[in-house]
Amino acid sequence: MKSDTLLQRHSFIEMDARSRARALLDPDSMRELIGPFDRISSPWLARQGIVAQSDDGVIVAKGTFDGQSAVVLGIEGAFQGGSLGEVGGAKIAGALELAADDNRNGIATRAIILFETGGVRLQEANLGLAAIAEIHAAIVDLRRYQPVIGISAGTVGCFGGMSIAAGLCSYLVLTREARLGLNGPAVIEQEAGIAEYDSRDKPFIWSFTGGQQRFDSHLADALVEDDSAQIRTVLHDFFRRGVPACHRSDQIQGFLARLGEVDAGVQATPAQIRAIYQKGFAA
Amino acid sequence: METMLYEYPAGAPASGRALAGVVGSGDLEVLLEPGVEGLSTVAICTSVDGMGAVWQALLERVLRSDALTAELLPSVRLEINDFGATPGVVRLRIAQAFDQLKQGVQA
Repeated sequence: MKSDTLLQRHSFIEMDARSRARALLDPDSMRELIGPFDRISSPWLARQGIVAQSDDGVIVAKGTFDGQSAVVLGIEGAFQGGSLGEVGGAKIAGALELAADDNRNGIATRAIILFETGGVRLQEANLGLAAIAEIHAAIVDLRRYQPVIGISAGTVGCFGGMSIAAGLCSYLVLTREARLGLNGPAVIEQEAGIAEYDSRDKPFIWSFTGGQQRFDSHLADALVEDDSAQIRTVLHDFFRRGVPACHRSDQIQGFLARLGEVDAGVQATPAQIRAIYQKGFAA
Repeated sequence: METMLYEYPAGAPASGRALAGVVGSGDLEVLLEPGVEGLSTVAICTSVDGMGAVWQALLERVLRSDALTAELLPSVRLEINDFGATPGVVRLRIAQAFDQLKQGVQA
């Protein structure tokens, strides 16, 4: 790629979560709810000797997208690996629930979730898990009315319980730099051994969980460049397309059929997974 | 983890709020709000223990007066949540917050 093409782009990955939300919403439409100056931070981190962030690493940005009411929920990947604790989780779940209420009250509100997260915050354990379960339920509720669009741009990617949240989204947008997986590479290596999964082998990791592979395996709906303008265009197209006739996560029989074709006796290859998943998930 | 509190003479209360940085590795979060007339306060929470003297020396240079005009800075209430930032990064983030204040960007 030419360097001037690269310089003309407005990188999405380089921005923090707050700037990403501002870049996606219509210009000057963003206002933040439960912002940093409200100081609703984690009550659990300081007790464990960890410095808390004033917004608990989650940005709730209300505004408009294409002139229609929208909320962007941004997870700050740089703070504690984007982990979800009690406060951050409640901010996302609460905002999604309010968006669903808005829809029931005749105000069509759409949601965009920025996934940069390793999943639950281990220091807040069950509270984080409970919050993530509430997020799952809230996405499933809201997506009946308006598309819920997930974006994972990197560099953290999206893992753990929040990868399930990403899977529940109406549409999922990834960059090549992003990764999507239920278990993080280090966890798989620890549990299955380095012969099975070497977490330090980056090309290997990305070949299985990277954005390109996930898109080619039909687990994501768009693969985009690290370009804010392109991401906005893709969001625009998906919102115009509206709520999918059948969400990916509702195609349970199709997924089970595809999984049944996987031979667990041999080491899987990315090409093999693509070949199986490209058959689609319709039952 | 260590907490510290410092005070500096200042001018009139700042005109608004500003926010810079995140609590990420080697970075810090600076929350700036208007202080009381004549006095700025800095509340620090840092992941690195035993660096009080470095913080004090750095804040002394940054907050005692404007480096260029030698005038008192506006009175602010700074809250710093630090995750192992170097003094250079700390200085940049504080400058960024004051700069936003000057430009009238409301956090």
